[in-house]
Amino acid sequence: MGMTITEKILAAHSGRDSVVPGEIVNAKLDLIVCHDVTTPPAVAMLKKLGINKVHDPKKILVTPDHFVPNKDIKSAELSKQLREWRIEQGIERYYEIGNHGICHAIAPEQGHVLPGQTIVCGDSHTTTMGALGTFSSGVGSTDLAAALATGELWFKVPESMLFELNGDLPFGVYSKDIILYVISKIGVDGARYRAMEYRGSGLKSLTMEARFTITNMAIEAGGKSGIMPADSIAEDYVKARTSESYTIYNSDEDANYSERFTINLNELEPIVALPDLPSNGRFIGEIKREKMDQVYIGSCTNGRIEDLRIAAQIFKGNKVADGTRAIVVPATTEVWKTAMKEGLLEIFADAGCVVSTATCGACLGGHMGVLGAEEKCLSTTNRNFVGRMGSPKSKVYLASPATAAATAITGTITDPREFLKKTAAAAA
Amino acid sequence: MPELPTNLKGFAHVYDRAHINTDEIIPARYLNVHEEAELAKYAMEDIDVDFVKRVKPGDFVIAGDNFGCGSSREHAIWALRGAGIKVIVAKSYSRIFFRNAINNGFLAIEADFCDNVKNGDEVELDLTAGKFRNLSSGKEASFVPVSDFARELIEDGGLLPHIQKKAAKAA
Repeated sequence: MGMTITEKILAAHSGRDSVVPGEIVNAKLDLIVCHDVTTPPAVAMLKKLGINKVHDPKKILVTPDHFVPNKDIKSAELSKQLREWRIEQGIERYYEIGNHGICHAIAPEQGHVLPGQTIVCGDSHTTTMGALGTFSSGVGSTDLAAALATGELWFKVPESMLFELNGDLPFGVYSKDIILYVISKIGVDGARYRAMEYRGSGLKSLTMEARFTITNMAIEAGGKSGIMPADSIAEDYVKARTSESYTIYNSDEDANYSERFTINLNELEPIVALPDLPSNGRFIGEIKREKMDQVYIGSCTNGRIEDLRIAAQIFKGNKVADGTRAIVVPATTEVWKTAMKEGLLEIFADAGCVVSTATCGACLGGHMGVLGAEEKCLSTTNRNFVGRMGSPKSKVYLASPATAAATAITGTITDPREFLKKTAAAAA
Repeated sequence: MPELPTNLKGFAHVYDRAHINTDEIIPARYLNVHEEAELAKYAMEDIDVDFVKRVKPGDFVIAGDNFGCGSSREHAIWALRGAGIKVIVAKSYSRIFFRNAINNGFLAIEADFCDNVKNGDEVELDLTAGKFRNLSSGKEASFVPVSDFARELIEDGGLLPHIQKKAAKAA
């Protein structure tokens, strides 16, 4: 029996020729990513046990991202603990405010993620990095502490689900729409404990940035990881950022999948996930054009430069509607700088958007755009659970950056194709 | 291996719903701390504001499918434990929450018991026999006993003490 990419990576990292789903393996880790919310408790646990040295500082990357720039005294203390700890441990891969970014965006952007690696981070959206052909999974603080102390971690080898993407995305439809569609089909626990593997001709038509959006939301279907084979697009992305060597794993022809799905990208339309579950996705033509108090464009899901370019294309020459606020949050400092150089920040500012520095911020109801009771927000983020972005009485709708920008301009949920057609006509 | 407890008793807090997520168990606005006693004050705040007023040490949370889905925040376990919850009995769990529970030596039992228990019923858990009893109604259910791996971790007090114990043995 052949193996999947996931099985091959886990076998190679646990000194085995082969593994099968259900086995528990102890896998060596190539990268451990740390941020300001879940790392300080892990560090406190290690200190309490008298473990004063991390296993290998070279395999650790640290960036404060959740509540930065610090939103209050308590979160300032968390960032301070993180900063002091990384100096004490001699961790060189550190991104301080001014160079920082949301961890799942900055780690691949700065060339720290390579195909074939094993990666953990104390954050559920760690699945993002699987788009480069890595096994990347979110853990809690205790697992993070064990990983930091020993350089390895136990994993139950997951079963894999295969998603075959065929065809090309139609005009005005994006990778966010693909993943919202997948989650609407399988549910928020449809991939529980399993690896979500993607392949197919449709995948080849997607840029790396678009792919990260898909693997990012594996956890919203309960997945342990999201993974894509590293093809020439992935290799070009990696080689532009690092000269380190890596190993590419591909699934065998006769690898075993617990379920297989085929998705014809040509049939997709812009999707909005209604409150209060990411699985409540509906084609935009099927839902009410509800009024939105706020639009949020950013996060580890959709805060990369291509996302901002799409949003700016729609915002250009338009204004945010009266009665609606629009917040744009580039995912990393590098994205912010590129957006500035390309003139995107000016387009956002002229349209009446507020542009923030990189932060997880309001995606999780932290700061920079928290919602009040009865407020509604259309957001490019990943979760719309009760109270996710603020008041438990607020409501969050998930969609692509294009749908978000179009919605900001009209103030009600709007199909982005209405605006994109105008832009295309003007350019012709 | 020492025997697991046979008579954990407490009162039930029933959430007969799927996908109770970590944003509901401990909202992110409270993640600027990680002290258990502090987190405990806000446990379940967004779905049940009275939970912290009702909960007593040793109580049980009874829930449906995919309990603890969403964020990887271990703060969800600490908030519930800090509030006094001794055991969670859910039909199923999200994988990160379940793993966090095991790693903390915290009892997360997989059993479908929502239909057999009402809010405030007194319940009893026999971990050795894999039995769950509703003392208020007399109803009983079985569950798959805790796996040996999870049991070792629970008995050692969690993953980190377990790793230390293994390292000490190897030395």
